Amino acid sequence: MEATIEVTGLRKRFGRTTALDGMTFGVLPGQVTGFVGPNGAGKSTTMRVVLGLDAPDEGRALVGGRPYRSLHTPLSHVGALLDAGALQPSRTARNHLLWLAHSQGLGARRVDEVLAQVGLTAQAARRRAGGYSLGMRQRLGIAAALLGDPPVLMLDEPFNGLDPEGIVWIRSFLRSLAAEGRTVLVSSHLMSELQDTADHLLVVGRGRVVADVGVAELIHAASRDRVTLRTSARTAAMSALARAGATVAAGEREAIVVSGLPAEAIVRTLGAHGVPFSEVSAHRATLEEAYLELTRDAVEFRGAAL
Amino acid sequence: MTGFARLLRAEWTKLRTVRGWVAGLTAICLLIVGLGLLFAAASHSSCSNGPVEVPCPTPPLGPDGVAVEDRFFLVSMPLDGNGVITARVNSMSGQIRLPDATPGVRNVTTGVVPWAKAGLMVKESTEQGAAYAAVMVTGGHGVRMQHNFTEDVAGGAQSVSSGSPRWLRLTRDQDTITGEESPDGKTWTGVGTARLEGLPAKVRIGLFAASPGHLTVTANSLGGSASASRFTQVTALVDEVKVAGTTSGTWDTDDIGVDHNLDGTPHHPGGLVRSGGTFAITGVGDIAPSTSESTIERSLSGLLIALVVVIVVAVLFVTAEYRRGLIGTTLLASPRRGRALAAKAVVVGAATFVSGLAGVAVTVPLARSIGRGNGVFTLPVSTLTEVRVIVGLAGVLAMAAVLALSLGAIFRRSAMAVIVALVALVVPYVLATASILPDEASRWLLRVTPAAGFAVQQSIPAYEHVTSYVAPVTGYFPLPPWGGFAVLCGYAVLALGLAVHRLNGRDA
Repeated sequence: MEATIEVTGLRKRFGRTTALDGMTFGVLPGQVTGFVGPNGAGKSTTMRVVLGLDAPDEGRALVGGRPYRSLHTPLSHVGALLDAGALQPSRTARNHLLWLAHSQGLGARRVDEVLAQVGLTAQAARRRAGGYSLGMRQRLGIAAALLGDPPVLMLDEPFNGLDPEGIVWIRSFLRSLAAEGRTVLVSSHLMSELQDTADHLLVVGRGRVVADVGVAELIHAASRDRVTLRTSARTAAMSALARAGATVAAGEREAIVVSGLPAEAIVRTLGAHGVPFSEVSAHRATLEEAYLELTRDAVEFRGAAL
Repeated sequence: MTGFARLLRAEWTKLRTVRGWVAGLTAICLLIVGLGLLFAAASHSSCSNGPVEVPCPTPPLGPDGVAVEDRFFLVSMPLDGNGVITARVNSMSGQIRLPDATPGVRNVTTGVVPWAKAGLMVKESTEQGAAYAAVMVTGGHGVRMQHNFTEDVAGGAQSVSSGSPRWLRLTRDQDTITGEESPDGKTWTGVGTARLEGLPAKVRIGLFAASPGHLTVTANSLGGSASASRFTQVTALVDEVKVAGTTSGTWDTDDIGVDHNLDGTPHHPGGLVRSGGTFAITGVGDIAPSTSESTIERSLSGLLIALVVVIVVAVLFVTAEYRRGLIGTTLLASPRRGRALAAKAVVVGAATFVSGLAGVAVTVPLARSIGRGNGVFTLPVSTLTEVRVIVGLAGVLAMAAVLALSLGAIFRRSAMAVIVALVALVVPYVLATASILPDEASRWLLRVTPAAGFAVQQSIPAYEHVTSYVAPVTGYFPLPPWGGFAVLCGYAVLALGLAVHRLNGRDA
């Protein structure tokens, strides 16, 4: 599959600060790609370079194989949400979308469609954008990104300011956009926000990609064939399993995390020793755990390289 | 729709969907109309003859509709068909009233003002404003050929003095009048030719003398200046008068345009004293386009405040985007940045133009008719000139909007951009026209600053052959109308270019 966002060797300095240091990656369509890293890692700058707002000192960025600045009706190629607060406060939400629509040769009907799509009522859309909550601004920003029905979407921190209901909404919304075959790149500095949303991760630190990995693969690696066991007789279970050659660690409350022994062998061992248990399951690391492990490795790797 | 048309539509949507900006654009029109009509309604002109108030006389109109001053002493006879008049002007002398040294005591000196004139004339009739052509000797500008008030051609630079007279000859051939001069009556040099369209067969032919008021310009305490015009008269001694053609052979005298005192006697009359073949003709007044009445642009006092509103709206139209980060969205929608800014400039310029045009187009005719009711006469101008003033001023506002928008894009800050635009446009105009600076400094400001664009509003040209106080403070601009406008356009285009360069060269 062809990458629809292609970033190659981007470098950019702001004064003495290096914002981008050889940023290189490709983003595939049909899945949600998380763009994660701590604040200041270069996520927003990368997006701004891809969108032609900032010029890189080196390297190039292509969207659908073309530089953004060469696009004639760019919003039908890429939809972007960079700063939900970028609104003229005295203009209504609908009029904000209307001028954007007119700039792309689109009409008022398309505006009403995207407003419905993001769940802003006609009544709310006629209010001045200055009175919008952050959550409503995020929805309005997403509506603006959808205006041109683009195959590529780039959203910078879209979860910011959303209430739990809004977060649930945006997760399923992003998934449905990806399911339609679109490229969806979502940046976040909080890994937990991308849980159950992202299919693929681009982890960045200090202006470059630290990891470019599928979420399933990452969690699998972090889980490392471990098994979670729930038992009321933790001490007995741990000693029996240790004797059978497993590495055991006490988890929360009644849980034990076992590694080095397949689940079948664990069940057999516990049965042989008459230890009761309520559950044996493959341990699944959270995305956050996996991310922390990954970045720890990256930090170590960087330390070694120096 | 092409890309640029889409951008224009988008920028127009932006402009019309912010209530404050729409209010500002509407205010441009309303301020021009409101203040203009207020000024017109508050201006009254009253005239008195002694203690009696009389309706103010309206100036006569010349053959092409221009208001004229037609006041001189004419010694003429009727001429039927073609003919020639020849005469020798031997001397010119006169008196000039100076500012009173002792208040209330007339301070009169002898002398001739530079545009005092005496010579030969063919005139359609003795009516004020009737078509004419004349060749003449002047007090300080040599020999001239003039016709129909506004036209003037220079002949020899020599004026008359004792011992060196000038011979003049004026030939009428159908509607073509030719003026010539000679030092001795033998060798003749052409001065000029005038065509008086539709000149009837029967005309007046003869001698005349006129002497416009003496103009003094004094510096005021602020550094500007004030002017005053005082009575003068000239007496020319003319002899060797010969008329060829079908005439009555007898001279009539007409003190054309003379005012009368309450008792019916003429006020400052001219006169003729004949002794042998010598005519001593005394004349007062001038034969020239009128410049002393109100002009159409005088009614546009709201323009300056409207200009301030234009500047604020145009600056905010771009700086608001910087303030809110909306410029990023604009550039996402139009990554070709120069076009985005150009679309903004076109939209704010066009909107300003329309509002300004409506305001000026309504104000000019309304203020003129209000003024007429209040005894204020507005100098008539040709339709072409009136359209130029109206459209040109709307253009000045539009270009000011483009300039202000560009400054907004350059500075990215409202306050800075507004201040610079005011300093570039409003301040020089006020300084130059408010009688604060010396005339030379005022002219310089209106040549080199964007305020030069206001030259499009000057409806009455500065006539070289008319004695008037020609300075910005009296409404005369140093540059021709479109020349001044071009200076403003130059600044606007330059600023827009700089703004585009800056927008392209930096991260948004």
